[in-house]
Amino acid sequence: MSEYGVLLVSHVSEIVEGLTALLKEVASDVSITSAGGTDDGGIGSSFDKVQAAVEANQSGKILAFYDLGSSKMNLEMVKEVTDKEITLFDTAFIESAYTASALLQAGVPIEEIKKQLEPLKIK
Amino acid sequence: MLTVESTIKWLNLFSEKVEKNKDYLSELDQAIGDGDHGANMARGVAAMNEALSNKSFDSIQDVLKTAAMALLSKIGGASGPLYGSALIAMAKQAGEDRSDLASIIQAGSDGIQKRGKAEPGDKTMVDVWVPVVNALKNNKLSADIIKKAVQDTEPLKAKKGRASYLGDRSIGHIDPGSMSSGYLFETLIEGDTL
Ligand SMILES: Nc1ncnc2c1ncn2[C@@H]1O[C@H](COP(=O)(O)OP(=O)(O)OP(=O)(O)O)[C@@H](O)[C@H]1O
Ligand SMILES: [Mg+2]
Repeated sequence: MSEYGVLLVSHVSEIVEGLTALLKEVASDVSITSAGGTDDGGIGSSFDKVQAAVEANQSGKILAFYDLGSSKMNLEMVKEVTDKEITLFDTAFIESAYTASALLQAGVPIEEIKKQLEPLKIK
Repeated sequence: MLTVESTIKWLNLFSEKVEKNKDYLSELDQAIGDGDHGANMARGVAAMNEALSNKSFDSIQDVLKTAAMALLSKIGGASGPLYGSALIAMAKQAGEDRSDLASIIQAGSDGIQKRGKAEPGDKTMVDVWVPVVNALKNNKLSADIIKKAVQDTEPLKAKKGRASYLGDRSIGHIDPGSMSSGYLFETLIEGDTL
């Protein structure tokens, strides 16, 4: 497994399931975990699910990507309570998660990856 | 003044008011958001009620922290981490000085701003919390002040949250989170907590 893992947070479980499939195709050695929707399977975001996805990630350092509003807020709240190192990206969700995963798989250094994500910042 | 009993009573009154008005909250959210604010809040306060009735508390801090965790993990929308952050910050402040209600609510307001990065005028619940804090500091909090703060969100253009994606179309509607925050402070008055 790579030093850094990838975490995906969305309001909809199918969105992160689909995105995970897309990423795994190019990043089989990167730990990718996700949290989608609310606890009862509805549309929204869940602190508990985000926390579980952070703990389930096999890497101690995590690059996190999200879709809208509360996904980010829950990520930040989990970041405050976890021992893992989480870096949050305010970037285009699909494009940046793909870029990060592909570059991690290729063994590109983290600083270089961050640089490549910069132009994808949209929020 | 806040005591363990008055804090629980306040939060219970808030729960009742949210439950009673959940359809209206969702209706407001339908206009400029995704229409779930009433359902979100009702789910949150139900979990909060259960958590508060299942335990005995020996400090206000403990009450507020328990309420915060229930709201945070059960609301499911932006208002979850926002109300959660507010109550966690309020719990911390109550631990330092429980007699100063204005400072406790101020801590909650700061917690919301820290979490959501909204400023006054962005058409969010911050537009109710900030005027309420100012009124409390001057010993002037009233139902009218709360009502006016909520109403004053109507002409604003949203800069944060779901409604911000609508741009000018967000003008002319009351912000749902401001309405639910209005309920929180109305019940503070109704519960004789001031
Ligand atoms: N960044 C923010 N800062 C302060 N308040 C906010 C922010 N974003 C949203 N809100 C408040 O939250 C209310 C909406 O709460 P609701 O529970 O409906 O969440 P939502 O917008 O559906 O969440 P999501 O981010 O998951 O889409 C808004 O009316 C507003 O008052
Ligand atoms: Mg909503």
